[in-house]
Amino acid sequence: MAPPAAPAPRLALTGIRKAYPGVLANDDVALTVEEGEIHALLGENGAGKSTLVKIIYGVLAPDEGEIRWAGRPVRIASPNAARQLGIGMVFQHFSLFEALSVLENVALGMDGEKNWQALAGRIVEVSRAYGLPLDPTREVHELSVGERQRIEIVRCLLQAPKLLIMDEPTSVLTPQEVDRLFLTLRQLASEGVSILYISHKLHEIKALCDAATIMRGGKVVAHCDPKVETARSMATLMVGSNFAAPEKPAKRLKRAPRFQVNALDLESSEAFGTSLKEVSFEVRAGEIFGIAGVAGNGQTELLAALSGERPVEAEAIIIDGNRAGALGPRARRGLGLAYIPEERNGHAAIPDLTLAENALLSAFDRRALLTNGVIRFARASAFAEEVIERFSVKATGPDARASSLSGGNLQKFVVGREILQAPNVLIAAQPTWGVDAGAAAAIHQALLDLATHGVAVLVVSQDLDELLVLTDRMAVINGGRLSRPLVTGEATLEEIGLLMGGLHDLPDDIPAVETAAVNQHVQAL
Amino acid sequence: MVRLEPRAEISPVMRWLTPPLAVILTIIAGAILFLAMGYDPARSLRAFFIAPLSSAYGLAELGVKATPLILIATGLAVGFRAGVWNIGAEGQLTLGALAGGYVGLLFWGQAGWFILPLMMIAGVLGGMAWAAIPAFLKAKFDVNEILVSLMLTYVGLLLLSALIYGPLRSPEGFGFPESRMFSPSAQLPNLIAGTRLHLGAVITGVIVLIVWFLMSRTLFGFQVTVIGQAPAAARFAGFSRSRMIWISLMMGGGLSGLAGLFEVTGPIGQIVPTISPGYGFTAIIVAFLGRLHPLGCVLAGLLVALSYLGGENAQITVGMPQAVTGVFQGMLLFFLLAADVLVRYRLRVGKPAPALIPTRGGR
Repeated sequence: MAPPAAPAPRLALTGIRKAYPGVLANDDVALTVEEGEIHALLGENGAGKSTLVKIIYGVLAPDEGEIRWAGRPVRIASPNAARQLGIGMVFQHFSLFEALSVLENVALGMDGEKNWQALAGRIVEVSRAYGLPLDPTREVHELSVGERQRIEIVRCLLQAPKLLIMDEPTSVLTPQEVDRLFLTLRQLASEGVSILYISHKLHEIKALCDAATIMRGGKVVAHCDPKVETARSMATLMVGSNFAAPEKPAKRLKRAPRFQVNALDLESSEAFGTSLKEVSFEVRAGEIFGIAGVAGNGQTELLAALSGERPVEAEAIIIDGNRAGALGPRARRGLGLAYIPEERNGHAAIPDLTLAENALLSAFDRRALLTNGVIRFARASAFAEEVIERFSVKATGPDARASSLSGGNLQKFVVGREILQAPNVLIAAQPTWGVDAGAAAAIHQALLDLATHGVAVLVVSQDLDELLVLTDRMAVINGGRLSRPLVTGEATLEEIGLLMGGLHDLPDDIPAVETAAVNQHVQAL
Repeated sequence: MVRLEPRAEISPVMRWLTPPLAVILTIIAGAILFLAMGYDPARSLRAFFIAPLSSAYGLAELGVKATPLILIATGLAVGFRAGVWNIGAEGQLTLGALAGGYVGLLFWGQAGWFILPLMMIAGVLGGMAWAAIPAFLKAKFDVNEILVSLMLTYVGLLLLSALIYGPLRSPEGFGFPESRMFSPSAQLPNLIAGTRLHLGAVITGVIVLIVWFLMSRTLFGFQVTVIGQAPAAARFAGFSRSRMIWISLMMGGGLSGLAGLFEVTGPIGQIVPTISPGYGFTAIIVAFLGRLHPLGCVLAGLLVALSYLGGENAQITVGMPQAVTGVFQGMLLFFLLAADVLVRYRLRVGKPAPALIPTRGGR
């Protein structure tokens, strides 16, 4: 057959279907991306976006359906095949070697690249052309998350892609870095590169994208023009129903500090971790205090110290007037501290154990689930049942394995388990990371209610929107140091962003890369 | 090319079916092996698996062999569940036999009810002391406990040799490398006259029940599970890993030491250069065959004890080489591990990832 007269779209998917045991991840999905178009792929976690993208990038093979590349039907059998077609992808989680330089990392991703000198030159050239300041000689562990993302983008651009897939690229960036990234993406689009932009942040999609495909439950529910739609209408399409946004009480009674951290220093236990330097703050009764910051700036270390997983000096942490720094997690729980770790699987809960056993994990003392060290299984079960009911956890019952719950439901269970232990202080790390909008709203409401009852709540999150909704005051962690606290309503996004980026991190000009330095680095390799 | 692909769901039924399956496969493979070696498979299998159980004495012997296996496996299983890999039970058994046996020799020629309990305490402490070395190094410096405990086994066996050829050698023994026979007060009483089944079997039964209760009903058992399955969750809960390293190795070492003492004061009656036919190593097979569950260890212990008896019997009646016991135990472990892998993974035959193949244009 002759090719159609009109220029064929760069990528056209029709009738894509992919089933996993028990789940239909993609059902009759159609997607068309034109040349030079920035196309948003929008949907909640679990909507089937990742599966679809993995099919496009050759990681997964579809069960049914057709992929056309510039009008020609293709089968993309591997990421290598995708790259040969001209498809590049920047993943949400980077695959970089911390101990190697930018140049070495890029070279590792290029098959058979031998001329390092020329490669260094091309890196500098591409990073200049697209406003992605990058010094090929620097080692990755010295770089910020934004800079690391630039390595991934440059690595893709060196292969001159015709379609660039970006998976949630802004979730780790400061607002200023987001603006800069958008400039780059628009420039690429104007040169004819198609961009498939995956996100659930509606205001970004409105600002950036020309077209949007919205997915829900494995199906495409709408193709729309994000410039015309409102954020509200797209949210409704994405979630499928109106959901109640959490209510923030206008004024809460501020009382004495319940949780104080005084000049906390902590050496990181990881090779390229961030050590804490003189971190001080306090959370008062009835207050929600937020700690913002890009991942890898000391949050892991801070949470380990605050929860007691890594004990510190006794005076460094005060819970309700008690010196608690030297205590372990169990003793701190005795003082009324509850903790919701960021990672659900294997940290806050154990996937292979039942919900009753997972309820036991942190509640055995405060809910009296033991008699002389012997487990009272009936009480543990009843407690799990209570959590399931009060927090509307969708589960078959206390005997259901944690792994059988969806991310959002397991997170509700974990949050409920901690809240029903009647804590005085609650620490929550990324409490709504990777959960659906309904569960996120329920969790936010639970945290707000807790504060209303006089509990001191600390939320550590990378999601600025979350902190803006929840907190009364917030501080920013950067390079292991905590900024002064800002009153949430009064701080501008600009101000917070600058604290997150640590000012020095955003040069206006591309730094002049010294040819001599590059030569020296190449020689050394 | 053959690849292993993880299964989406692991059947819980299959987890419990794999041990019996491994036993059946071992018997089939054994029959083929006997045939290949020129023996009548039916007669050989009978001599191996049925003949040893057809007399009261044979059943009692089964208990004698199973006692140390079950006792050691029960202790090791706790550590294995917590992810502490104590491979040196054989050495801990030896040190327990030496320490407890030495106490028995101190009271040589004396009578008293207190002697045997004292020997048991010394046996447990001897095993614990030997296991304390890997425990200390692991908890303090994160030294690999597999290597340390395994290597200490050989040190322990050499220590036994040195002592039995030296200070512990019986003055009346005509120079044979053996200690004096223990006095009656220092020997475990037999349960059934005319057999070698001793009180140690009863004590082992009680210990198994206690460990079962600890593992299934108490916070301690829960801690073991959590530390083994999710170390980060254990930190979150406030369960101490170094404490668990100590407890696991002390339990494994203590029970191995007790098993060693039972051997010297029970069936053997004195300290000899070879106390165990590798019970400490075979107990590792028993622990895994029993799914690291105390009651499972009892069943597995009885089965593996049968392989010892069957091997001996097959040597005598069919004239098979002694190595057949080890071959059977090896096959059992091999089939168990293989079945476990196949329960968790699916075998895929084919090329890994084909290159880009454009389909024919225009349909």
